[in-house]
Amino acid sequence: MADEDDDLILSELDDEELVAQMFDDLYDGMRDEIMEATQILLDRGWAPYDVLTKSLVGGMTIVGNDFRDGILFVPEVLLAANAMKGGMSILKPLLAETDAPRMGKMVIGTVKGDIHDIGKNLVAMMMEGAGFEVVDLGINNAVEAYLEALAREKADILGMSALLTTTMPYMKVVIDTMKEQGIRDDYIVLVGGAPLNEEFGRAIGADAYCRDAAVAVETAKDWVSRRHNQMQAGA
Amino acid sequence: MRPDDATLTREGLAPSGRGRVLLIACGALAREILALIGQNGWDHLDLHCLPAILHNRPDRIAPAVEAAVIARGAAYERVFVVYADCGTGGDLARTCERLGVGMVEGPHCYAFYEGVADFAEKGEVTCFYLTDFLARQFDAFVWTPLGLDRHPELRAMYFGNYTTLVYQAQTDDPALTALAQSHAERLGLGFERRFTGYGDLAGALARA
Repeated sequence: MADEDDDLILSELDDEELVAQMFDDLYDGMRDEIMEATQILLDRGWAPYDVLTKSLVGGMTIVGNDFRDGILFVPEVLLAANAMKGGMSILKPLLAETDAPRMGKMVIGTVKGDIHDIGKNLVAMMMEGAGFEVVDLGINNAVEAYLEALAREKADILGMSALLTTTMPYMKVVIDTMKEQGIRDDYIVLVGGAPLNEEFGRAIGADAYCRDAAVAVETAKDWVSRRHNQMQAGA
Repeated sequence: MRPDDATLTREGLAPSGRGRVLLIACGALAREILALIGQNGWDHLDLHCLPAILHNRPDRIAPAVEAAVIARGAAYERVFVVYADCGTGGDLARTCERLGVGMVEGPHCYAFYEGVADFAEKGEVTCFYLTDFLARQFDAFVWTPLGLDRHPELRAMYFGNYTTLVYQAQTDDPALTALAQSHAERLGLGFERRFTGYGDLAGALARA
């Protein structure tokens, strides 16, 4: 940031100015400042959910848009995510105690043979930010791990990620196994990863391909609400 | 004259105009291909390299290869593409098939240096591979594009799930081995050197 910000005292800013400053600090990946500002808003009586959505998610959405538009690159997005994680670490225990909306539950993991988790971690973080409960299976997941977690967690959504062209076909193995077991339509299946595209998502039988974390959140919200409406119509 | 790495990374290598078969290759393979041409007296092969940095943008490889085939191919009896899939997700293979030109088998140069079948069988998902070229050009291909020069604290986010840097040596060069080992240390990974020579690349060029 510019020198003029070096003397900035966050606690002296009013709420609107502070949220605007948090957007800037997230953009610049300033974790300590984000944690300090998160605590200031909480101390001022903000609900944890409002701090999350109005400052952290709002700021991260700008980061995501600029990444999509080629203005920011992966290192900057990771720094921003790291800053957001700092704020989330304060908010998460509080969110669990409050009446923050529950959007649904997602099981997410990188597929077998693949250890790349940057994109998957971003999606998990943004899904949590949007009010989804996320069960992160980590990397290198076999079909059995996905299916066991979906059943155990009574999840709504399965998210699969892959970075390698050699591992992305494994997503079809998982979906085909779900079909064989007659459970495919019990879940919303979202897929993502750098080498994927919409055509691949359709070809393997996923519900949607998500280009980035922001799209994953919007797609998940859309599908969950569609399902909810279907269930109501069928009731 | 041997092309320098910086030029191969950013610009590639123009063909000499001699030979009946045009090789359109990744700049990262230039030295190795020229060595094989020299060793085997394959004077019928002419080499045109695209910028090696396309390695970091696989979505641009197939269009770049197609443009090169169209621009240069007509002056030769045939064209052979010296790329593996290289993260194009089959795009490059489909492009080559459509254009009626051959290409190297395998997912990456790491695979054909080691032997595609052996590489697949090993399934070393936690290994990060460097070739001679990538060991020399580590900063240009890995360290700087990942922002580690500016933000070394990101190292664990990128490499936390890796265990070992495998240096696939095409040549016996103690200085290069030491350099590759220093890259492993910078990434916080274990180090293994494997001498692969040119692996399946020699056979592929013999059939080109």
